[in-house]
Amino acid sequence: MNDGMRDDAVSRALAPIGGDDADDVAPVHGSAAGATRKEREAIAADPQALLALGALIGRLFLHDRRAPTFVIINVIQPLIWLLLFGSLFSGVTRLAGFPTDNYFAFLAPGLMVMTSLFGSAFSGMSLLMDEQRGLLDRFFTSPVPHWTILASYVLHTALIVMVQASVILLAAMIAGARPSGGFIGLLATYGAVFLIGGAVGALSNALALVLKRHDAVIGVMNFMILPLVFLSTMMIARPAMPIWMLHISLINPVDWAVTVARAGFFGHWQGDLWRDMIGLAVFFVLMTMLAGRAFRRQRLSG
Amino acid sequence: MTHPLVEVHGLKKTYPGPVEALRGIDFSFARGEIFALLGPNGAGKTTTVRILATLSQPSAGRALIDGHHVVNEAPAVRRLIGYVGQASAVDERLTARENLMLQGRLQGLAGGVLKRRVEEMLSLIDLAAQADRPSGGWSGGMRRRLDLAMGLIHGPRLLFLDEPSAGLDPESRAAIWSEIADLAHGSGMGILLTTHYLEEADRLADRVAIIDRGTIVAIGTPEELKSRIAGDVLIVEFADPADLAEGVRRLKTNEAVRDLRSSGRTLHLTVENGAQAIPVVMTALQGVAVVSISIQRPTLDDVYLAATGRTMREAEAGIGAENSDSAIRKGEAA
Repeated sequence: MNDGMRDDAVSRALAPIGGDDADDVAPVHGSAAGATRKEREAIAADPQALLALGALIGRLFLHDRRAPTFVIINVIQPLIWLLLFGSLFSGVTRLAGFPTDNYFAFLAPGLMVMTSLFGSAFSGMSLLMDEQRGLLDRFFTSPVPHWTILASYVLHTALIVMVQASVILLAAMIAGARPSGGFIGLLATYGAVFLIGGAVGALSNALALVLKRHDAVIGVMNFMILPLVFLSTMMIARPAMPIWMLHISLINPVDWAVTVARAGFFGHWQGDLWRDMIGLAVFFVLMTMLAGRAFRRQRLSG
Repeated sequence: MTHPLVEVHGLKKTYPGPVEALRGIDFSFARGEIFALLGPNGAGKTTTVRILATLSQPSAGRALIDGHHVVNEAPAVRRLIGYVGQASAVDERLTARENLMLQGRLQGLAGGVLKRRVEEMLSLIDLAAQADRPSGGWSGGMRRRLDLAMGLIHGPRLLFLDEPSAGLDPESRAAIWSEIADLAHGSGMGILLTTHYLEEADRLADRVAIIDRGTIVAIGTPEELKSRIAGDVLIVEFADPADLAEGVRRLKTNEAVRDLRSSGRTLHLTVENGAQAIPVVMTALQGVAVVSISIQRPTLDDVYLAATGRTMREAEAGIGAENSDSAIRKGEAA
C-alpha cells in the first residue's frame, strides 16, 4: 500500500462518528454494578442493551457452529441412554406408578432434562476462557450494560439446550413415544428444559468466576449432576423409589424439572404440580442472582 | 478545549496485602497527544490504565476523561475510550470481520455505518484479504493489529494501548509502531501508551512519564528528559567485578567524570564531552581489564537510572537499588 492511500485510509478511519463535540456524550447506559432498581428497569427497556445482548449471544452461537463437537457429543450420551435403557428396562413400566407402558415415552422428557443438565453444566468454561483471553475486559470497557455480558452466557446455554433436547424428543418419537400433552404441554416441557438449563448454566458461571479454574468447575459440576439425576424421577417413577430417595427427590430441583417436563409431555396436570413449577422458577432466579453476585465481585476486584 | 483529555490527580491504588500499586500519581495530557507511561513490570502502568479504562477503581484520588469522572460517570467514559489490553483480546473462533462487527455493535454502531466502519478498519490494518478467515491461526502481529482495529472501530477520543508491542517479533513491532504513529498525527485522538521498551516511548510519545514503584519519577518530552542529563554517557565494560571495583575507585575522583553508576559489569559515566573524555578515562584505567568502551547520547534508560538508581533491566529482574552498588554518586563515597 502506498503512503497516499494509507494516509487517506487513516484519516477516514479516524474521523469521529456522529459529531466532534465533547459535551454531547451523556451516560446512556447505567452500569449494572451498583445500579439502583430504577436504573436497572431503565436498562432493561433500553433497545441498545437488547441489541448488544443479541450480538453477544450470536457470538456464542457462532462458536457452536464453528466447533460443534461439544454440542453434538452432549446429545449422544442421552441418546444412548434413551435407546439402551429404553429397550433394556422396558419391563419396568409394569411396576406401580408409571404413567405409561412405553418406557421410551417415560424416559423422553426426563432425558430432555438430562440433556439440559449436561449441556449447561460447563457453561462457565466459555466465560472463563474469555476472561483469560482478555475478552471480558474488552466487553467491560464497551458502553454496554454489564448485565448483558453475563446474561449472554446464561441465555445462550438455556437456548442451546432446548435445541439439544429437541433431538432427544425427535429420537424418542421415532422410537414410538408420543407427547400427548399437546402444544401447552410441550411448552411446559421446554420451559422446564430452559429453566433447569439456565439455572445450572448460571451456577456453572458463578463457579467459574469464583474458582477461576477449568478443572475445578468440571470437578464440582460432575460431583453434583449425576447424583441429582439418580435422586430424581428421571429414570424411575416415584412410587417405585425407596422411601429415603423419595424424600430427597422432593427437594431436588432436577426432579422438579423432570416432573414438570413429564407432566407437560403426557398432559397429566396433577394438583400439586404448581409447587414444582414455582420451585423451578425460584431455583432459576436464585442461581441467576448468585451468578450476578459473583460477576459483580469479579468486576470490582480489579 | 477548556479541559485536558486526561486529568489524573493523586491517584492511589492499594491491593489487599496491602500492596501499594500506585502511591499517588498526577499527570494530564491533551487531545492529539501520545502520552507514554514508561517503567519496568510491576511499576503501576497497567494499574493506571485499568483505572482510567473503568476496569478498576482507585483507592484514592480522581481521574477525569474529557471531564468525565472515571468512577461516577463510567458509562459516559466508556463511550469515549478504546481499550487495547495486554493480551490480544480477539475471539479466535470468529473471523476478523465478525470480531469487528461484534465490537462495533457493542459500541452502539449498526446498519450502514457499522458496515462502512468495518471495511475502513480492515483496510486500515491491511487485513481486508484475510477478513473472512477465523483469527485463531493468525500470527501474533496480525492479531495485535486486529486488536488495535477493534479498539478504534467507534472512533474513540482516547485510545489505551497497554504494552502494544510486548511479545512481538522485531518486524511486527516495527509495523505496529508505524501503525500507532500514523494514528496519532492528523487526528484529534489522544493515545495513552504503556511500555517497558525505552525505544518505544522514545519513538512514539510526545510526552513520557517514567513510573517506578507506583510513583512518577520524571515527566516531560523525551528530549526534555534526556537533556536533563547534560553531556554524554560513556559505557565502560569490565572483564570482571574486581576490575569494575578498581575502575570505580580510580574514576570517582576523576575530574572529567561528572557522575558514575555501575550496573552488572558495566559502568555508566556521565561526562561533558564523550569524545574528549575517552582518552582521559583510558589513561586513568591503565592496567585494568576493560572489555569495551562506547559513547552514547543519553537515552531514556539513563534518565531512568538517574531517577531511580537502577537500570530498567535490573528493575525487571527485581534487583533493587538498595541492595546493589549501582548508586555511587560523585562525592558520596568516603
